[in-house]
Formats: sequence, C-alpha cells, structure tokens
Amino acid sequence: MKEIDYLAPSSLGEAYAALQNGKTSAFLAGGTDIIVQLREGRKEVDQLIDVKHIPELMSYGWTDDGGLVIGASVPFAEIYEDDEIVRRLPCVIDCATLVGGIQIQSRACFGGNIGNSGPAADTVPALIALGATLTLGSAGGTRELALEDFFTGPGQNVLEPGELIITINIPPQPANSGAFFHRFIPRNEMDIAVVNVGARVDLDATGERIEGARISVGAVAPVPLFVAEAGDALVGETPTEDSFGRAADIAAAAATPITDMRGSIAQRVHLTRVLTYRALDRALERAREA
Amino acid sequence: MPRRTHIQTTLNGEEIDFLCEPRQSLLEVLRDELGLTGTKEGCNNGNCGACSVLMDGRVVNSCCVLGVEAEGADVVTIEGVADGDTLHPLQQCFLEEAALQCGVCTPGFIVAAKALLDSEPDADEGRVRHWLAGNLCRCTGYDKIVRAVLKASEMEEVSA
Repeated sequence: MKEIDYLAPSSLGEAYAALQNGKTSAFLAGGTDIIVQLREGRKEVDQLIDVKHIPELMSYGWTDDGGLVIGASVPFAEIYEDDEIVRRLPCVIDCATLVGGIQIQSRACFGGNIGNSGPAADTVPALIALGATLTLGSAGGTRELALEDFFTGPGQNVLEPGELIITINIPPQPANSGAFFHRFIPRNEMDIAVVNVGARVDLDATGERIEGARISVGAVAPVPLFVAEAGDALVGETPTEDSFGRAADIAAAAATPITDMRGSIAQRVHLTRVLTYRALDRALERAREA
Repeated sequence: MPRRTHIQTTLNGEEIDFLCEPRQSLLEVLRDELGLTGTKEGCNNGNCGACSVLMDGRVVNSCCVLGVEAEGADVVTIEGVADGDTLHPLQQCFLEEAALQCGVCTPGFIVAAKALLDSEPDADEGRVRHWLAGNLCRCTGYDKIVRAVLKASEMEEVSA
C-alpha cells in the first residue's frame, strides 16, 4: 500500500472539512473492503477518513413512528445482537448475518456495503424490499434518497465528492406485512451471491389479499434492481402459487446477468425466478405472523 | 522517512504504545513492530481468518484493521490466550484432539473459538461450525477442530 494519511474526525463538520482539504479521500468504516482494495492497488487515495468516531454514524435507534435509523458505520454484529430488531425487522437480520463470516460482521456495516456498491451486495435487496432510504450529508447540507436510486454501476453511485452516507432509514412497515431476504451461493457461508433477492408482502386487514409488494434482486445486473412491476403485479391478488409465480417471472425477465466464475446467465435467470418465488413465500409467512 | 503515528493500546492485558505508519495493518504491526508472530498472515484479504485477534471483545481479521485503529482499543492475540504456562482449555483440547496439522490456521481458530465460548459457553456443533466459517483450514477437514472446540466447551474452566 502506498503511503497514506489517516484522519479520525469526531464530528460530521470535521469530516466535511477533511473532505475539502484538496486530497483524494476514501472512507474507513469496517475496513473489510477498502483496506484490501488499497493494499491490492485497486484503489489509490491520499487519505483515509475513519468515520467510526462520528456519533451519527455509530448509533442506531427507533423513530417515534416505528422506523429504524441505522448509522452508516454500525457493525452488523451490533445490529443482529439487538433482540428488538430481530423481532421487529427479521429481514434486516437475514442480510446482516450473511455478509462474510463472524470476523467480517464484527466490523463491516450497512454504509460500507452500500457505499462499496457491488452489484451483489447482500444488504441491498433486503433494504430495498423494506423501502429504505439513505441520508447523505456534505458541507452543503443533507439529502435523502431511495436506496434503489443510489447505484449507477458496479462500484459506482451518486455520492458527490465531499459527500458521505450518514444513515440508512427503514420506514415503519405496514401492518400485516412481512419481508424476507436470501441468496444462493455454492457453499453454506462466506461467499458472494450468485443471485440474492429481498421481498416484502403487505396483506390487507383480512390477511387474504395483497395490498402491496416490493421485490429487489441483486447480482443479475450492473446495479441491484428494484423490480417495481413485479411487486405491483401482486396488488389486489391473493397470495397463491399462481400469483407468486407470475411475479417471479417478471423479476426473472428484468434480470440481465452476465456469465462469470460464479454462474452463467441461464443459471442466474433461473435462480432469480426460484429465489423470488421462495422469498415471497417466506415473506408471506412472516406477514401472517405479524 | 514515512511519518509514524504514536498509538496507545491495551495488548494482552498490558498497556503499551507503539509507532506505526497509517498504512500498516494491525497484523503487520503485531508481527513486524511488536514481534508477536503467533498471529499468522494467510490470505491478507479478509477471507481465511488466520490473522484473527480480539478487538474490544469481538473477533476481527487483523489484516483488515489498521494499526492506527488500535488507539484506545483492547486487543488480545493468541499470545494472550494461555494463562502463563497453563494452556487455555481450547489449546489443551486442540492438542488432545490433534486438531491441527501444519498449524498456520490454528492461532486464528483458537482466538475465534475463544470469542465464541466467552459469550456462548454452551454453543452446540451447528453453532461452532457456523461461527468458524470465517476460518479456513486446508489440513484437517475441520472435524477435529470442531470436536476440540466442543470438548473445550464442556470443560469447567470455560463453562464456569
């Protein structure tokens, strides 16, 4: 690794100032991506800005209306060890427990997984299914945008120079709704998704009819996909093999994967259908338990 | 001469300070600056777990931590696992169960397993296997390692 400066701002203001000192910067949160990228020469910057001393990025909590705001740098382990999150937002736990092994989960965080912007990022389809937004901050102020609008290409996103991810905001979930995330990998742990899918099903008060659904698919396009039309196709339907199958077909049709060492185009399209169907099915189970 | 930063940390229960460059990983600092070569470098990219150490009670890959990040932290390496000349139950059980061959992964496995048994002394086999998924061993086929960890978990010193 080439020589590098290390800064550890203790406030957002200090971080914004550091971003404007004329040097090229990268953020250091869990370090599980950026340190490896710098060491292997895949990225080169003048300074690393350690964002783990900024209170807004290192805390999380529930809003009055039942949403969850997660600081960008809170390690996954801290999130999945929280019994209330386990109970109220199991879909968040689905993804947080799947990224890397225990060593990675001790340090890695939602902000890092999102900011790294890999097409197969495991937290993203789960969070998109939950309707998450991001709060981005810079010296000019903050802005909020839907997570699905953040990504622009593999490793690329809408972050402007001088801007950072402050929080991930999960809105209050509808009554009678459930969400589920899973992925396919060739082994049981510690691998990058061949395909990953997050789905949410919102039932009406009777529990018989679907009022809304959100489906997101990763690793099948240059960016994680929010397949709105697949969820929309379920509105007003009853949750059946037929309706879930049709939504899964729409998700599979939206997939434009590549063939690489992890899987072929045909396998990924097939997996998109299978995983979407199963994710809807498990989301439905959770909606009925809600 | 590259600039070096002064870092104060707790290492294996002792308050120490050291100088390092910001680009040096905690693994490099431990091995090259502090002479603690028990922690091994395997892949150096966060996949194999050979460099596992405890940082504030959590197991981390020291190749994916910068030395400067250890400021104010509590770090435990394999050198801090035994109590003087008395082996930790995990170390004793790794020996008794022959849970190692070449030994390069062993410090990482023991440190990672210690983190598990410290917080979940009653972990079952499934839990042990899941927890150790971030540690790779190319020799043993894992069964002996899992058996050693389960045996250690049954010993009084650990479960007490």
